[in-house]
Amino acid sequence: MARIIGGLTSSHIPAVGAAYAKKQFEDPYWKPFFEGYPPVHKWLAEQKPDVAVVFYNDHGLNFFLDKMPTFAIGAAFEYENQDEGWGIPALGKFRGYPELSWQIIDGVVADGFDVCSCQEMAVDHGFSVPVQLFWGDQTKNPIKTIPICVNTVQHPVPTPMRCYRFGQAIGRAISAFPGNEKVVILGTGGMSHQLDGKRAGFINKKFDLMCMDKIVDHPEELAKISTVDLIQEAGAQGLEFILWLAMRGCLGDKVKRLHQNYHIPISNTAAGTLLLEKAA
Amino acid sequence: MTMDAHELHELPDTVTFDGREAMKGYPLNKMCYSFNRADAREDFRRDPEAYMIRFGLNEKAKAAVRARNVAQLIDAGGNIYYLAKLAGIFGLGVQDLGAQQTGMTVEAFKDMLKKQGE
Repeated sequence: MARIIGGLTSSHIPAVGAAYAKKQFEDPYWKPFFEGYPPVHKWLAEQKPDVAVVFYNDHGLNFFLDKMPTFAIGAAFEYENQDEGWGIPALGKFRGYPELSWQIIDGVVADGFDVCSCQEMAVDHGFSVPVQLFWGDQTKNPIKTIPICVNTVQHPVPTPMRCYRFGQAIGRAISAFPGNEKVVILGTGGMSHQLDGKRAGFINKKFDLMCMDKIVDHPEELAKISTVDLIQEAGAQGLEFILWLAMRGCLGDKVKRLHQNYHIPISNTAAGTLLLEKAA
Repeated sequence: MTMDAHELHELPDTVTFDGREAMKGYPLNKMCYSFNRADAREDFRRDPEAYMIRFGLNEKAKAAVRARNVAQLIDAGGNIYYLAKLAGIFGLGVQDLGAQQTGMTVEAFKDMLKKQGE
């Protein structure tokens, strides 16, 4: 059976895509951010996962307000990162794994999550930035990916607990897949930030660090926070933390934190990286 | 765990982008969404007024676009993710938008971000 080996988190700030393209890894502004990744690279090189399931939110590339699914799961052979209109480089194609996508879709619908399946899906920086940060260039030996898009654009958005439960259902579906694949789960976005309104620039270090601690051993407690309280504490776009909770739901009860990095600011955002290994 | 829509609208200095806002700002956001395409951005640059008419923006939204004023754009129903694409055409990044909305200089806004990490 397929096996989930761990979870990774990464902010997916668009400016990172631009900095990556310019190779600003040693630049004083960027260094404290990029140096959070080599320990994860080392673990990935040792573990050699076959598939990455990526929770992200679309920021207006594939989905518009005409049709706004709460949960959308990619079921394509490939996903293209296209022009988003504001100057970050488009990275081209990412490899899919539709067999496992359909396993997940079948599983979660049977489990009570009525998702939107997507045989064509453009993926934006929310997906491409973390995949690039963890696996680099995707033109050679690309990792198989399954993008899972959660609506964080238009309220009502799914509650933190609903996202956590969604992750649990996906975890069950993956574990029932008749293959030998090793799977890692990515929770992207966050951490605290707000782009709009007089509260623009809001960041909450104390809350973020509490979340990074609590998500390890007490995710269910953490997932009890209301949407309103999450926005209050993490900012209007810090709401993306629900994507981390979905990731954590996939991993099951016991995980070990192998690495953590946190840095303020990247662009308008607090950036957080975690490596959680699933207990055998 | 019910979502309290009322509470969402009580959040300080935050416009909750819900169905009502999404309806109000639909033409404006649809125009911004079109800017994913390079040829659309070029069309807008060439003749912004004609482009706004094509998408059916109301006077309030048009005035907000002309003023390049984020608070007005949000008040007209704009969503920040789509507005970012419009801002990109004007060469404005999220720190510029933050500075404008908080009444700070861009340098002061960046400093404020940095201080929150200390």
